[in-house]
Amino acid sequence: MDAIKIEGLTRRFDDLIAVNKISFNVKQGEVFGFLGPNGAGKSTTLAMLSTLLEPSEGKAHVNGFDIKHRKDEVRKSIGMVFQDSTLDEELTAWENLDLHCRLYGVPGELRAKRILDLLKLVELEDRKDSLVKTFSGGMKRRLEIARGLLHEPSILFLDEPTLGLDPQTRNKLWDYIGKLNKNKGITIILTTHYMDEADKLADRIAIIDRGKVIALDSSANLKNKVGGDVINIETTDPEAVQKFVEKCKFCKEAKRHDGKVTISTDHAEKKIPELISLAEKNKVKIISVSINKPTLEDVFLYYTGKTIREQEASSIEHLRERRRMHSR
Amino acid sequence: MASATYILWLRSVKRYFRSRSRMFGSLAQPLFFFFALGFGLSNVVSTSNGSYTAFIAPGIIAMSVLFSSVFSGIQIIWDRQFGFLKETLVAPVSRISIMLGQTLGGATTSIIQGCLIFVLLLLIGSLKISFGILLAFLFMALIGLSFTAMGIAIASRIEDMEGFPLIMNFVIMPIFFLSGALFPLTNAPSALKVITYLNPLTYGVEGMRYALLGSSSINPLVCLSVLGGFGLLMVFLGAFLFNRIKA
Ligand SMILES: Nc1ncnc2c1ncn2[C@@H]1O[C@H](COP(=O)(O)OP(=O)(O)O)[C@@H](O)[C@H]1O
Ligand SMILES: [Mg+2]
Repeated sequence: MDAIKIEGLTRRFDDLIAVNKISFNVKQGEVFGFLGPNGAGKSTTLAMLSTLLEPSEGKAHVNGFDIKHRKDEVRKSIGMVFQDSTLDEELTAWENLDLHCRLYGVPGELRAKRILDLLKLVELEDRKDSLVKTFSGGMKRRLEIARGLLHEPSILFLDEPTLGLDPQTRNKLWDYIGKLNKNKGITIILTTHYMDEADKLADRIAIIDRGKVIALDSSANLKNKVGGDVINIETTDPEAVQKFVEKCKFCKEAKRHDGKVTISTDHAEKKIPELISLAEKNKVKIISVSINKPTLEDVFLYYTGKTIREQEASSIEHLRERRRMHSR
Repeated sequence: MASATYILWLRSVKRYFRSRSRMFGSLAQPLFFFFALGFGLSNVVSTSNGSYTAFIAPGIIAMSVLFSSVFSGIQIIWDRQFGFLKETLVAPVSRISIMLGQTLGGATTSIIQGCLIFVLLLLIGSLKISFGILLAFLFMALIGLSFTAMGIAIASRIEDMEGFPLIMNFVIMPIFFLSGALFPLTNAPSALKVITYLNPLTYGVEGMRYALLGSSSINPLVCLSVLGGFGLLMVFLGAFLFNRIKA
């Protein structure tokens, strides 16, 4: 069974189409990345999947339950960490977790142990009796993740889990998320507009732009589709290198510029030994070799004709445009 | 369901006791009114029996319950602003149980607030201990319940914090000033009388007055039924509007 099945899910706000007929499935046990610029419709999608927002059109099943008709079952199946904190800052960490347990009907005899275990998991047990308002951004995030797991959901939603956190805290959170998925087998759906985050964590990535899913695959496959890798060879005799490289069968294209030869190919790391031995055979000296692989940024560029940052900058423009188009 | 209501009630009470500044701040305002008006107007306003300070004392208690309960109700605006509301809305519990928890929490804290004022007025000597205290307690509970629910009803329809001063100026203040808390209804002009009789708080103030002073211009049973009916209506309205709240 798929953890999530989405068919033609759509949400309009007046004449703005925030989510536009998206369809995809999320497999059980995978980390699924939902990557797109600000305003793409990621949070709106999660709001629909978590039953907080009624879809305008389309269907979705979460853990096998219809999001329109089986709301309570859907809610019990998921842990939700929203983009913005939803903790009560005037309560302590423990109290926030206890409140959550009672809202989700966790039996009394299990509560204390579960709370403690999860506080340990996110390394906050020594701060359990501190008011949440004294916590740093990273601590709040960790506490929210712990809270989202208290009722042992089979699916965890993380909406921009590392937004606004410093690099160290981000790395740590990434570790937690990876471990959660591996050790507990929880299906994780995370939204992000950070390429590196999606790349690092997600088994598969759906790229969403202006309400539409424009590509969906594993990171490696997405990149391969965009085009191959590039090998840069620095050498004392670029002409000779170009000559023998152009003769070998894997090379798509070899170009020469300021003392370097750049070769377009696939699976670059596997071609390097062959290139080195060719160079030795031809008695050419190689100074250095480097590989450039396409990034998700290139993937985004390929599908939208814009980098993700450009897309964010112009999203307000698009918004106006879309509104204008619809009001006609 | 009961568990969700209980924990949200507990949350309100905990937050109340944790926020000392709010507790004392909301004691200061009724006391200020009591001293300023009680001593300022005691020779100007004539009351049929007893001193003017005694006359307004029940109204001052009602005021503190009113303010504190409306504040508790519109706490939901803050909960929305700071995100906590979503945590409750996405939980597998009915919205009614959330709303009831909030209402009971608000009622409880506003009764505590009313009792604190009551004790202070006892110490000052404006009120005396009697069996009426139990009845006064019932009226405090009804005022607290009704106006917390009203606060929730209003907050469910307000999207942001900007609506807050509007509620203060155009809802709470008129309800208080036009409730007969500060002036005897018997000598009031008839237009004012009509408005006052339409104001549900009037029945709370008059009921408290009967309970604590032994006489009132409205029959206490009428007070009890009007306020009880209003409370029920507000709880239903609050539940209905909260049920349609958007995350
Ligand atoms: N409640 C709402 N009312 C009107 N427009 C909304 C609402 N929520 C989101 N939107 C709009 O829908 C689009 C998608 O928003 P969102 O899902 O938050 O994007 P993301 O999470 O990908 O940054 C944006 O243009 C946003 O302004
Ligand atoms: Mg978002």
